[in-house]
Amino acid sequence: MALSAAERAMVRALWRKLGDNVGVYATEALERTFLAFPGTKTYFPHLDLSPGSAQVKAHGQKVADALTLAVDQLDDLPGALSFLSDLHAHKLRVDPANFQLLCHCLLVTLARHFPGDFSPTMQASLDKFLSRVTSTLASKYR
Amino acid sequence: MSLTKSERAIIMSIWDKIGMQAEAIGTETLDRLFSSFPQTKTYFPHFDLHPGSPQLRTHGSKVVAAVGDAVKNIDNIASALTKLSELHAYILRVDPVNFKLLSHCLLVTLAARFPSDFTAEVHAAWDKFLSILSSILTEKYR
Repeated sequence: MALSAAERAMVRALWRKLGDNVGVYATEALERTFLAFPGTKTYFPHLDLSPGSAQVKAHGQKVADALTLAVDQLDDLPGALSFLSDLHAHKLRVDPANFQLLCHCLLVTLARHFPGDFSPTMQASLDKFLSRVTSTLASKYR
Repeated sequence: MSLTKSERAIIMSIWDKIGMQAEAIGTETLDRLFSSFPQTKTYFPHFDLHPGSPQLRTHGSKVVAAVGDAVKNIDNIASALTKLSELHAYILRVDPVNFKLLSHCLLVTLAARFPSDFTAEVHAAWDKFLSILSSILTEKYR
């Protein structure tokens, strides 16, 4: 399930538009995930999850940085995300179903903020990109 | 899983806006579904699936109209959608997994068209509502 040249171009183009605000959107995606799918909160007993929490913002920034790294290293996601794959496999053990939920919320968030750029083709490219990232994160589970 | 009073109010609050763009929203939702998840096209061998095809527009309108019926009968969705449940159970037999995909695409469409209305609360309420619709549509499968 590799990304075609056109799909990579779409993802990179959108990421350029996101600029320095990737953290803002990732944070919004997290907030939406916790609200729509409260079961996901189980993985964050150590965080203050109330709206506007600084800890959620900090976590959003971490997620954002990882995604930006992935966009830059589309040719070698397993290599670039190796540390994160290990973390998720051996420590965090987030059930992969939850990655779908976060991805859904991220796509909703981006659609809200960039409606003019969010064609069905763009959505499909991003969805495929996020699927590749999440399967990399779950790749060392077993 | 039933809707709270405040969830019902939230769901109905943006319905008018959705209703006014029913065909466009339905068509865009299907466009997004077929672009991101091409396997869903399997249920439509009898359609011209090019974006903007008259059949897609008609079908898109039907889907949003059915959602509208559910909104108008929000206190008793199951009886409002009895015919559709039977249709899906005995004739269409759409694999339940696909309802999640369609719901996701509808939510992305709503986010893109109503960015300021589509708050996290509205998103969560609509996600729950669409889950309820999906389970009603699949409840007669067995």
